[in-house]
Amino acid sequence: MQEKAKILDKEGVERIILRIAHEILEKNKGTNGLALVGIRNRGAYLAKRLAEAIKKIENEKVLVGILDITLYRDDLTLISQQPVVHKTEIDFDITGKNVVLVDDVLYTGRTIRASLDALIDLGRPKTIQLAVLVDRGHRELPIRADYAGKNIPTSQNETVEVRLSETDGKDEVVIVEK
Amino acid sequence: MRILIKDGRLVDPANKINQVLDILTEDNKIFRIGRRIDAKTDITIDAGGKVVMPGIVDMHIHLREPGREDKETIFSGTKSALKGGVTSVLAMPNTSPCIDTPEGVRILKGLIAKSAQANVFISAAISKNRLGKVLTDAVKLKKEGVVALTDDGSSVSDPQTLLRAFKKAKEQKTLIICHSEDHALSNNGSINLGLMSTRLGLKGIPRESEYKIVQRDIELAEKAKARVHIAHVSCKESVNIISRAKRRGVAVTAETAPHYFALTEEELSGYDTNLKMKPPLRTKEDMEAIRKGLKEGTIDVIASDHAPHTENEKDIEFDRAEFGVIGLETELAVSITELLHPGLLDWPELVEKLCFNPAKILGLNKGTLSVGRDADIVIVSPDKEWVVQKEEIVSKSRNSPFLNRKLKGAALYTICGGKIVYEAA
Amino acid sequence: MNWTRKDLLGLEELTKEEIEFIISTAESFKEVQTREIKKVPALRGKTVVNLFYEPSTRTRVSFEVAAKRLSADVINIATETSSVKKGETLIDTGLNIQALKADVIVVRHNYSGAAVMLAKHLDISIVNAGDGWHEHPTQALLDILTLKEKLGRVSGLNVSIVGDIAHSRVARSNIWGLTKLGANVTVCAPAMLVPPAIEKLGVRVAKNIDDALRQADAVNVLRMQFERDDENAFPKQLDYFKNFGITKERLLKAKKNIVVMHPGPLNRGIEMSSDVADGPNSVILEQVTNGIAVRMAVLFLVAQARDNSDQEKL
Repeated sequence: MQEKAKILDKEGVERIILRIAHEILEKNKGTNGLALVGIRNRGAYLAKRLAEAIKKIENEKVLVGILDITLYRDDLTLISQQPVVHKTEIDFDITGKNVVLVDDVLYTGRTIRASLDALIDLGRPKTIQLAVLVDRGHRELPIRADYAGKNIPTSQNETVEVRLSETDGKDEVVIVEK
Repeated sequence: MRILIKDGRLVDPANKINQVLDILTEDNKIFRIGRRIDAKTDITIDAGGKVVMPGIVDMHIHLREPGREDKETIFSGTKSALKGGVTSVLAMPNTSPCIDTPEGVRILKGLIAKSAQANVFISAAISKNRLGKVLTDAVKLKKEGVVALTDDGSSVSDPQTLLRAFKKAKEQKTLIICHSEDHALSNNGSINLGLMSTRLGLKGIPRESEYKIVQRDIELAEKAKARVHIAHVSCKESVNIISRAKRRGVAVTAETAPHYFALTEEELSGYDTNLKMKPPLRTKEDMEAIRKGLKEGTIDVIASDHAPHTENEKDIEFDRAEFGVIGLETELAVSITELLHPGLLDWPELVEKLCFNPAKILGLNKGTLSVGRDADIVIVSPDKEWVVQKEEIVSKSRNSPFLNRKLKGAALYTICGGKIVYEAA
Repeated sequence: MNWTRKDLLGLEELTKEEIEFIISTAESFKEVQTREIKKVPALRGKTVVNLFYEPSTRTRVSFEVAAKRLSADVINIATETSSVKKGETLIDTGLNIQALKADVIVVRHNYSGAAVMLAKHLDISIVNAGDGWHEHPTQALLDILTLKEKLGRVSGLNVSIVGDIAHSRVARSNIWGLTKLGANVTVCAPAMLVPPAIEKLGVRVAKNIDDALRQADAVNVLRMQFERDDENAFPKQLDYFKNFGITKERLLKAKKNIVVMHPGPLNRGIEMSSDVADGPNSVILEQVTNGIAVRMAVLFLVAQARDNSDQEKL
């Protein structure tokens, strides 16, 4: 594993969050009926940051929840380390809401597929939108992001690592070669 | 036919020999013992660095024939014996039918003559069908060549009956071997009553079920002024009781089996049915007492209590599995590993327990290397390391408690009646 | 911590960390049960076989609900309908179930060690749903989850187990689980029903029921199986209630918030009085709910561990 390039630094991440917050508000015409649902792990922190940004812009609190998709994954047998099952923490009814799913990296689309299943088991949202910090391509399913912070073309033997201060001590996005 | 065994360390406590000597057999007898024997021979074996001892006399084995030839036969059992350096065995009478009549003994003798590969001596039951009610005919049984009486597998529960048996045995100069167990106390138990039975949730067999009957059996023998031999001693109280009886002059002898000085109940944590036997494996304290009893001479004999059972009878729920383990092929190696190498017994002491004492107790012309005696000899490598493997077991059954264990010491050659009947690969 | 066991046979063999991991996984599964749709696809395509050699509606149903909420297919085999009565051995039955390509066998058996034996002979996952007097690990895990929910912790708690300790797999599993997690365990039983050397498992034997209750933060009351007293070790039912029954009067002398548990089915008026069973200290129904979450966690963990170990073999 070797770090190849730094794509975003702290300021870069902040700017993207602010921009996506504006885009979400624009598309949904404010915070009415809006809910942000972050996908564990880093998506959950990004959703909280987006909610804070929206609060700064609109001075309105937006609903935030956390989705754990371990039980919905289709690749459980392909990963050597067994994932830990965590709680889903969505303490509001998602039925009729415009739900924005938030994740750090959009790659094959399988995580989002699992998230859609998990979300739909919880209720019937009016719309489900997708916000990601980085879209690195190589989709295996017909899924696209409504809000993408940065498009980073990558090769299959590279990975994009999103680091956040909550989980990794600092904010940055880097490309790592396997 | 002459076999010369050269340069081995001869261990024969009966003749107080424990030194490097040559030994020569002629036909089925021991012909000469001495330094650098130079003679014309058919076979010469270099036993340099090896121990040469009398063939082992195992006074407690189950051959299962007649009746349960699926577990063992006289042929397979004696083959198994030879691999373990055992040249003489005492077959227990709990076959099907039970050996409790002169006719039964005659039939058994016929079977032995036909297929035995080692010397098989016969014991008969104390009571008809080993039910503890009607005594067998000790006089006629003796005439047929029975060397001991035992209801092994069960105790004669009625003391009056056992007392009469001792009195009759005394008149006949026949030995009674006691399987001492209070069946009411051991009642459906599977393992020693204690920490392990509590941990595993298995019904326990209290130690009282053994030693209280050991005490009773000795007292009855004492009253009848008869000899008594206590089979498979497993707990420290029994050792103490036997030791006290010996000190007050009772004609009591005792045996233990290798699993009682090599294993404890703690081995049972995986519910291995190959560790299920009666009496059950006890605690570390008991194991130490058994070792001490061997060292001090309270326990005279090591015998295997070789009890073969098929996999169908062992690969089932622990409570339902049969009691008993095989041991003919491992008793020598386990004794060397657990008693000799740690320095608890020296070679002469070990040979006494395995060969000389059992022969003496049973009144057999076996267990020594005296000139003129039967040429039953084992050449032993004290340091050969081997692992007990299921596939290599000669017995028809595989229920060894020592499976997959590493042992140190093995029979290299077994000579029985002047013929090499086993040679290690 | 990474869960690697393909079987759950008992709590004796688990580490503190493994027990805590199951509990925390179960806590996540509790959330699933608060949803409108209580089913997740985690074990979709897997087959769970409930192999029950003893009648036990509640444990069997709990495992069945747990497996179904994980989207597994469930097959129930009970002694009455199986070939067991025809003399097939446990191992043969297990091998046949394995040949059906089942993924998990949940086994309840009247002989101690039955689950251990199956696990030794089969490659598929084995979950012990109670073997003889030996262990009933999922029951103890759900008791622990319930305690943790009610009292916020397990470490340092004083927990008393009352009843037929000698013949109780629930007692043994609770003793292992609770002591590993740092609770102080006291057992209380009629003298004939205290197994030998029990103190060596790290528990205290109470002098009497009041002694057992005095300092207790929780009391786990075992079912007395009077119908199975083949050793004549049991006292008379009324004497048992008089000397060991949990009553309102006895609880007055205990801590006010003492948690009263029972694995069920409850013998009212023998093990405890109805006013206690239905009273504010009783958590009996919460235990049932937690049973599902614990069994979901266990089925999920063992099935995944087996998949992962298969993966490594490739």
